[in-house]
Amino acid sequence: MSEQFVSVLDWVAILCILAGALLSFVAAVGLIRFPDLLSRMHTAAKPQVLGMLLVLLGIGLRIMPVEETGVFDFGTLVLVGLFQIVTVPVAGHIAARVGYRTGRIRHDLVVTDELEERLEAKRRAVRDRPPGEGTS
Amino acid sequence: MNALWVVIAVLLGVASLLGTARLLLGPSILDRALSVDVLLASALTGLGAYAAFNRDPTILPTLLVLSLLGFVGSISISKFVARRPEEHARPEDTVYPATTEQGESRE
Repeated sequence: MSEQFVSVLDWVAILCILAGALLSFVAAVGLIRFPDLLSRMHTAAKPQVLGMLLVLLGIGLRIMPVEETGVFDFGTLVLVGLFQIVTVPVAGHIAARVGYRTGRIRHDLVVTDELEERLEAKRRAVRDRPPGEGTS
Repeated sequence: MNALWVVIAVLLGVASLLGTARLLLGPSILDRALSVDVLLASALTGLGAYAAFNRDPTILPTLLVLSLLGFVGSISISKFVARRPEEHARPEDTVYPATTEQGESRE
């Protein structure tokens, strides 16, 4: 590969990694400044998915000109990216669910709360059920 | 270009410091778990920046292990919180009574 092409690749790579580091910093600032668990989760998911993908892209562009870079290195990069995309939403969902169910959500900050309406309807159904029927 | 690497390192360092502050301050255990996740993301980004700086692909499997570890850690902390009975919650874990479930099965 020509000298100029490698230089362009390096610049693109370092800009990607810079964006990833910036997202990490933004997430940390959000952790400090945001008032409750849900908004902190909102900001904390940015470096975990987008920032990580940008950094992986940067690593890939940076190690591409090296002679001994094999398919396994790029395979590892793709695997890390796929794994982050699959696992971060699952972990965030479970943390938010547990936070809601154990009452760690500030309800004065929630704009709409559809889950609360559903739970309320379910509670009313349980309460209004005539006695004698089985319990759910 | 070297200045940009320094900027990346400084950003990650400040991010780690702020995440540690939230880890120490955090009102509930879920906030602490969340800040551990952010710290882990910073560590992943830092390791990636190291690999990119040195053009060194040998530490890429470490990224895989760390991302696995973060997933398992946050899931297990959440499940631990879900199982802890409400009356054992410490007073600093502010429990808003409107949301504690009634008539619903807890998993």
